[in-house]
Amino acid sequence: MVSLRLALRNILGAGLRTWLNVIVLSFSFVVIIWHKGLLDGWDRQAIHDMIEWEIAGGQYWVNEYDPYDPFSISESHAPMPEELDALIRQGEITPLLYTMGTIYPNGRMQSILIKGIEPGQEIIAVPSNLLQSGPDEIPAIIGTGMASSTGLKEGSFVTLRWRDKNGAFDAAQVKITGIFKTNVPSVDASQIWLPIDKLRDMMLLPDEATILICRDEELGTYSTSRWDFKEQDELMVDLKQIIRSKSMAGLFIWAILLMVAMLAIFDTQVLSIFRRQREIGTYVALGMTRRQVVTLFTFEGAMHAVFATVLGAAYGLPLLAMQAKRGINLPVSSEDYGLTMAEKLYPVYSLGLILGTVIVVVIVTTLVSYWPSRKIARMNPTEALRGRWQ
Amino acid sequence: MKKLILTFPFMVYSLMFSAQVPDGKEIMRRIDQNMSSENRSFTSKMIIHSIRSSRTLESRTWTRGEENSFTEYLFPVREQGTKMLKLENQLWIYSPTTDRTLQITGHMLRQAVMGSDMSYEDLMEDTKLLNHYNAAVTGSEKVGDDDCWVLELTAFDPEVTYQGKKLWVDKIRHIPLKEELFAKSGTLLKRTELSNITNIDGRWYPKKIVFKDMLQDGEGTEFIIEEIQFNIDIPDHVFSKGSLKK
Repeated sequence: MVSLRLALRNILGAGLRTWLNVIVLSFSFVVIIWHKGLLDGWDRQAIHDMIEWEIAGGQYWVNEYDPYDPFSISESHAPMPEELDALIRQGEITPLLYTMGTIYPNGRMQSILIKGIEPGQEIIAVPSNLLQSGPDEIPAIIGTGMASSTGLKEGSFVTLRWRDKNGAFDAAQVKITGIFKTNVPSVDASQIWLPIDKLRDMMLLPDEATILICRDEELGTYSTSRWDFKEQDELMVDLKQIIRSKSMAGLFIWAILLMVAMLAIFDTQVLSIFRRQREIGTYVALGMTRRQVVTLFTFEGAMHAVFATVLGAAYGLPLLAMQAKRGINLPVSSEDYGLTMAEKLYPVYSLGLILGTVIVVVIVTTLVSYWPSRKIARMNPTEALRGRWQ
Repeated sequence: MKKLILTFPFMVYSLMFSAQVPDGKEIMRRIDQNMSSENRSFTSKMIIHSIRSSRTLESRTWTRGEENSFTEYLFPVREQGTKMLKLENQLWIYSPTTDRTLQITGHMLRQAVMGSDMSYEDLMEDTKLLNHYNAAVTGSEKVGDDDCWVLELTAFDPEVTYQGKKLWVDKIRHIPLKEELFAKSGTLLKRTELSNITNIDGRWYPKKIVFKDMLQDGEGTEFIIEEIQFNIDIPDHVFSKGSLKK
């Protein structure tokens, strides 16, 4: 207790040197928490958006379907399983049919993925209800990313070329009846959405589908040799890997920030021990053991972290709370990154994140403070009293 | 009576025309005789005219029947040594820079070759018209100075790439001088113009073909045959995967 009081008096007495260290350390605290909170917020938002726009409660995939192999997509389809007919009719499962095609916006050629969707479905957020047009028109909807890359607008017509199941070329004009805004590029980039029945007619594939999207995960119990059920976690594995790799990059920033702060603490400690040798000798002469003196100096160092926590909380809490409420506008959109990312990110600061960061920084600071203080244990008190460097 | 007098000349003309017009099948058979062969080998130059610039590719190709084809690129240096092997519906592309062979099937075969107006199918297939289409002669027109039959082809084979074709066939040499290729819906997809018709080993063959994808802008792709040999002995190993890395 005496050591704690003495340590407090000593570091307060050090004045500006102490406050500089505390400011640097508090800055590290706030930035580490802000960065981690930002990633957690992105993680939460991306998962929410992917479930809402693409994954829903999970998906059945026809065996041959491999989203990473565009060359096999047109051949990946099968009749919908009879066992799921009732659920499909009830709107609990919605089928999608995929094929590759080409569009010619403004005389340019662009390879695209054509997706057929039920106009009345309500399982994913793609606004398929916009797929309405006259009897002789083929309605189509696209995302804002696709609209921007092709220059297509609502109401415009574009030539679409595709192959039917036999491989014969066919082409027609499609009318863009809607453009939707989404944070999920995998339902927007280089793709066009058509009514599934129309696409089935075009492909000569009546009642066939490539994937079946379930409203709830409980619907994924049906099993067959032709269709595999993919759970939400499996479908989000790529996103989670990206976020994990971003977190690793975040750890690097975290380590650099902490290292800068710890360097300041370490430097301060080394300087203190060098300049306060007579004081150390006096403590020992007055009856303190060397171990108690080491503890005193370690407390002094660790108190920087305590002060930094208080200071960081004073300006960091309102700042981070404001950001968590208002969000952070990103200068780029998901279309530019190709990742599920909203234009405004809302960081998430959990209690675990804040407490965890505080505990880690306090422990590391204590260790860094103890490291140079061990030298005191090897000092000769008589020499120390004379102020001779040992 | 007046009506009969007016229509009579047209009826006579129609009868005369139909008497002179050869059967569509016969025209296709003659085209196939000129254009198709059991096997062939040729050196060609492909000049791709895009909106901004033009570039040239040179290659040597060996084909056997409708299914097998092997192409090696000779120019430019960047593409030199790139090889493509097509066996039925599968295509392998070997890139010497990466020393890797990529196998592609299905949709990729329908993609444009190196940014040209031709697909891999257009480039590597030797399709006999008689095996896939029914034909009807619908008229007679001039292409340049040459009198041509206008032939409209409708595919009876649902798997053929272009379900409709319109050909302007030279009445004397029985070679198409112009082709229009249609989608199932009737949309015009491509137009080709065939010129430099040369007699090679008793058959007429176009040494220059200009392909134009009608759905996109651009000046099209020129395909120039520099040297061609028909019905030669091509060893089996040419159409094997082993030849890709040789």
